[in-house]
Amino acid sequence: MAKALLMQGNSACAEGALAAGARFFAGYPITPSTEVAELLAKRLPQVGGTFIQMEDEIAGMAATIGAALTGVKSLTATSGPGFSLKQELIGYASMAEVPCVIVNVQRVGPSTGQPTSPAQADIMQARWGSHGDRGVIALSPSSVPECYTLTVEAFNLAEKYRTPVVLLLDEIVGHMREKIEIPDQGSLKIVNRKKPMLPPGEFLPYKPEADGVPPMPAYGDGYRFHVTGLAHDYTGFPSGANSTSHELIARLHTKINDHVDDIVTFEEQNLDDADIAVVAFGGTARTAYAAIEMAREQGIKAGLFRPITIWPSPEKQLKALAKKVKTIIVAELNYGQYVGEVERIVAGQTKVVSLPKWNNEPITPAEMLAAIKDAN
Amino acid sequence: MEELLKKYYRPNKLPHMWCPGCGNGIVTAAIVKAIDKLGLDQDKTTIVSGIGCSSRAPGYLHFDTLHTAHGRALPFATGIKLAKPDHKVIVISGDGDATAIGGNHFIHAARRNIDITLIVYNNNIYGMTGGQYSPLTPHMAKATTAPYGNVDRAFDLAQLAKGAGATFVARSTTYHAKQLSELVAKAISHEGFSVVEAMTGCPISFGRQNKMAKPAALLAWQRDNTITVEAAAKLKPEQVAGKILIGLLHEEVAPEYVTEYAKVIKQAMGGGR
Repeated sequence: MAKALLMQGNSACAEGALAAGARFFAGYPITPSTEVAELLAKRLPQVGGTFIQMEDEIAGMAATIGAALTGVKSLTATSGPGFSLKQELIGYASMAEVPCVIVNVQRVGPSTGQPTSPAQADIMQARWGSHGDRGVIALSPSSVPECYTLTVEAFNLAEKYRTPVVLLLDEIVGHMREKIEIPDQGSLKIVNRKKPMLPPGEFLPYKPEADGVPPMPAYGDGYRFHVTGLAHDYTGFPSGANSTSHELIARLHTKINDHVDDIVTFEEQNLDDADIAVVAFGGTARTAYAAIEMAREQGIKAGLFRPITIWPSPEKQLKALAKKVKTIIVAELNYGQYVGEVERIVAGQTKVVSLPKWNNEPITPAEMLAAIKDAN
Repeated sequence: MEELLKKYYRPNKLPHMWCPGCGNGIVTAAIVKAIDKLGLDQDKTTIVSGIGCSSRAPGYLHFDTLHTAHGRALPFATGIKLAKPDHKVIVISGDGDATAIGGNHFIHAARRNIDITLIVYNNNIYGMTGGQYSPLTPHMAKATTAPYGNVDRAFDLAQLAKGAGATFVARSTTYHAKQLSELVAKAISHEGFSVVEAMTGCPISFGRQNKMAKPAALLAWQRDNTITVEAAAKLKPEQVAGKILIGLLHEEVAPEYVTEYAKVIKQAMGGGR
């Protein structure tokens, strides 16, 4: 039986990682994500895993990728400034196709900003933070139980698509304490990376299968394979051929974009008859639940679309929403980031209103209600 | 060498991309000979590098190999070693890679005394980018970014390693290739963080700017400006002044990180310490 506990989001994230099979964490202390590291420092060795506090954020990312190459599910956790520092190596993990999870508990920026205050201002950094072109998967939980389940899902997606996956918590969700029923381990769907079927000598480490993803041996399996951040061909060795870069960089996108229906998850509430849709994710969705209830009480037909997968975008769903409602309000804790993505997808089919906030505080239900009333 | 080539190199990746007269091939051969001497299991040996000329070496070697980002070889290697404690992890890095952009990782790997062997190919310059000064470029030497001479003072890599906590520190040169290989073998056998500084000549990017354009001139410089620890011990300090010491410079026994962490796991799993 599932047991009910009172837990904060960061702790649920750490427990979810263990349930997913993570056995390695490397990181650096940073508010407001530190509890993920603290709990894993205690819990990982209890299950035979390894925790290490590295000398800096970059080293935390590097050690995470190194461990992942040995076949061990690995993660790191950080917040804004650390997420910026990790970007080069997150790109490395994309290029070398190393599955791993990066937890980013968002705080106010830029720079040191407000370390203990919530923000959702790394939406675009998660997508575009590393140099070069690549497909990206990022997920954003709205509750403590979802911190647990989405961490499991983040590992599943990382393993399935051989890519780093970013868990975009915000300080609200990371530090919020609420009831969580820990699922039985047996009830969880756990995905492990594909192993090569061909023996060493015949196996090409970076030759994709039909799903766009190459099987992945572990260091020590006898394959003696090479991993590099340089553009590389199917053998894994550097290649300067134009056709190789063309195919590889395209595949880093298509292996994700061709599977959006498998990857993208979302929540819809009260949208069947809605005139106004609020688009909100993470901690801001909690505000939206209350604001929409208040609006409905006042006879306004408002509903919620909550992207759980931030990247890749729920394009199909947002396009359908645009055909249905008169106005989409994009509520987010930043100067206006996700609204640009919604506008791109909606492409003028309906009115898009931005409801941003960046003053260290969550959007209140009253503020959101006022925006809904304005739009009505 | 023919047999070593067949066993430890990836023949279809040769010839290597290093310039004529570059010492990197000598250092790489010294590592291969050390691995052969020790009889390491090729499937339980991982070779990791950063970015730069020397960091291309793992691509030529028939092991699990990892060519990481600039400066980051040691933390990648730390993750590998912790996840695979029974594997030998050898890191190949250059002077810029290890002591400038990777300097923080260098001192912390040494401080932890994690069982990784670091071979620094020290050619005193950034070779791949065309001859800019590194933290190991000698004071007042010429570089493309120091056309009037390098104002920076250089690190003493061995002293830096020792001061940071490395428990095995050695230095040799491509001129002393046999000694270099013997020291690499000792470093790999040592339990803890071991550092070997391999002084290697870069005729194109360093030599040409510093009146040593001919590869032989760089080798002669190594011969004339170094002295073995054993020879130096028999001389008065003033007779050794200005010479670079080569040989085993520091060795001590200290708790090793992975072994210590294994005790943490045992305790956390209820087995006591």
